Amino acid sequence: MTTASSSFGADERGWFGDFGGRFMPEALVAALDELTVAWQEAMADPRFVADFEQILREYAGVPSPLYHAERLSQRAGARILLKREDLNHTGAHKIRNVLGQALLTKRMGKSRVIAETGAGQHGVASATAAAYFGLDCTVYMGSVDTKRQALNVARMNLLGAKVVAVDSGSATLKDAINEALRDWVASVDHTAYLFGTAAGPHPFPSMVREFCRGIGDEARAQCLEQYGVVPDAIAACVGGGSNAIGLFTAFLDDEAVDIYGFEAGGEGYDTGRHAATIHAGERGVLHGARTFVLQDEDGQTTESHSISAGLDYPGVGPQHAHLADVQRATYLPVTDAEAMDAMALLARTEGIIPAIESAHALAGALRLAEERPGQTILVNLSGRGDKDMGTALEYFKLGSPDEETGS
Amino acid sequence: MSTTSTAFATAKAEGRAALVGYLPAGFPDVEGSIQALTAMVAAGCDVIEVGLPYSDPIMDGPIIQSAVQQALDAGFRLDDVFRVVEAVAATGTPTLVMTSWNPVERRGVERFAQQLHDAGGAGLITPDITPDVAQDWIAAADAHDLDKVFLVAPSSTDERIAMTTSSCRGFVYATGIMGVTGTTQATAEGVAPLIARTKATTQLPVGVGVGVSTGAQAAALSAYADGVIVGSAFVRALPDGLPALAALTEELAQGVRRA
Repeated sequence: MTTASSSFGADERGWFGDFGGRFMPEALVAALDELTVAWQEAMADPRFVADFEQILREYAGVPSPLYHAERLSQRAGARILLKREDLNHTGAHKIRNVLGQALLTKRMGKSRVIAETGAGQHGVASATAAAYFGLDCTVYMGSVDTKRQALNVARMNLLGAKVVAVDSGSATLKDAINEALRDWVASVDHTAYLFGTAAGPHPFPSMVREFCRGIGDEARAQCLEQYGVVPDAIAACVGGGSNAIGLFTAFLDDEAVDIYGFEAGGEGYDTGRHAATIHAGERGVLHGARTFVLQDEDGQTTESHSISAGLDYPGVGPQHAHLADVQRATYLPVTDAEAMDAMALLARTEGIIPAIESAHALAGALRLAEERPGQTILVNLSGRGDKDMGTALEYFKLGSPDEETGS
Repeated sequence: MSTTSTAFATAKAEGRAALVGYLPAGFPDVEGSIQALTAMVAAGCDVIEVGLPYSDPIMDGPIIQSAVQQALDAGFRLDDVFRVVEAVAATGTPTLVMTSWNPVERRGVERFAQQLHDAGGAGLITPDITPDVAQDWIAAADAHDLDKVFLVAPSSTDERIAMTTSSCRGFVYATGIMGVTGTTQATAEGVAPLIARTKATTQLPVGVGVGVSTGAQAAALSAYADGVIVGSAFVRALPDGLPALAALTEELAQGVRRA
């Protein structure tokens, strides 16, 4: 593991070209500086790196396999490889990030962690890491989301975390982040903020990337070992962008590999009801970084829309903004309907029910396959769909038996 | 010359701290906020901070969040803040805008500074950014003769305090607590070390805000600070009517004279 990962990384103040930086209240600057130093020291310490890799291997089930989805490939007309992050402990790539940040929290001697969560996946992962490391944990979650995702609230409860419902603003993910930051301003001497995605102020975009980059490092090595080539194209879904940057990093300097991020197109980009932040292309500052932001002409954040809670965020990690700006990666919207179709297709062809977030990457990859017959397309299957069965049940009108026996 | 610094100097000449009062523009509506801020001037505020309602204010506690949301829900638009500034500045009291950063960047930093200057505004208070990322604003403020008020916090290192105060004009905003507005009470003993560390770096006046709501606190803090900044308490008082707002202003104005 290295901190200077590629020519597309940040400078020492956290700038990825025109994006990133640290737009934060002065009260938090000392803590962010402390975190930056502690993280860089940890990454340079072979013992920390070895501990992290051991926990990932023995506890989280990493490395996840790279799987050739043959029946799906036949349908698509291209070789589709799935990086099976859905098989990780807690069901998604997010465990990598929280275990890294929680291990760092222990090293820094802090006793409490806070986290924000949208659908609850990062909250559950944070509660899991807190339980594993014996840390006190508070998770902020929009009150709209606590109602929509009661099962994840229950999981966090069972794991011993305190869940705080946030009523302010739109009562969703962005407001949960605001409230976690407010907590942190008052608690920073003993509390670490386990930020859930590769966004926010420096050092979070770089630090979260480094904790997640095993996805791409493993996938690249697996692809070479299993198939003797690097892929022609790679694809990931992008909300805040942690799974995507975790996949992309290993491939950024492979000029022959085309990189695609698929954002939530919601009900269709043209309807305005979407979360395709990069595609919309409006620059702004949100949650500590300059990036692309869904906003009105006064700079007020506007609400994003997606059937997938994990992509339903009006900002995006600043390194993605930069990769789009310098055209190293291409970001395209995928609608709710396309994602749900891809979810059903993967379930029926491969017996894998993906998270709806990951189904966006898959839908995008299926589009790429049409343009790239016979090519190798590597998709990050960032999470599993157990959590999404309520949405699927409603969307596909599932849950009734097909037949009954007897009278 | 900063009219804000002059207001602080005038208070100092009277042997007291300055009283700085905050309300968000557009709360309860644009006209109502003008009347309220004007009433606060009449009842003894030396400097006014007009809040610019923003969808994601991370330094504000529930009281100001709720007021700001009410303003946005009622249709507040960015240009309304300049109307409010113009009306309040017409009283002759230095009037600054306190705002999260994104609305300024969205309008265009230079254009925002021009509009603020044209409205008679004294400057900007920017609680969610630091001078490190504010080069554009610092340049625009200097070009338009506007105050730049950045914050220092109990967690700030001496080096950062020096960097921050060297970028300020008007006054320096010292946060009284580690926390957001309208929650914990600041104490004179708690904030005195920060004020001393700040004053060691600058001749600018130092105001204390965040966690200040009563006349007694204003009196205690006035022994250390050049100004006392109150926000959430005014927001809480306003729904009880202008007389309640004026009574709170008078209580605080007496407080800053009691040190």
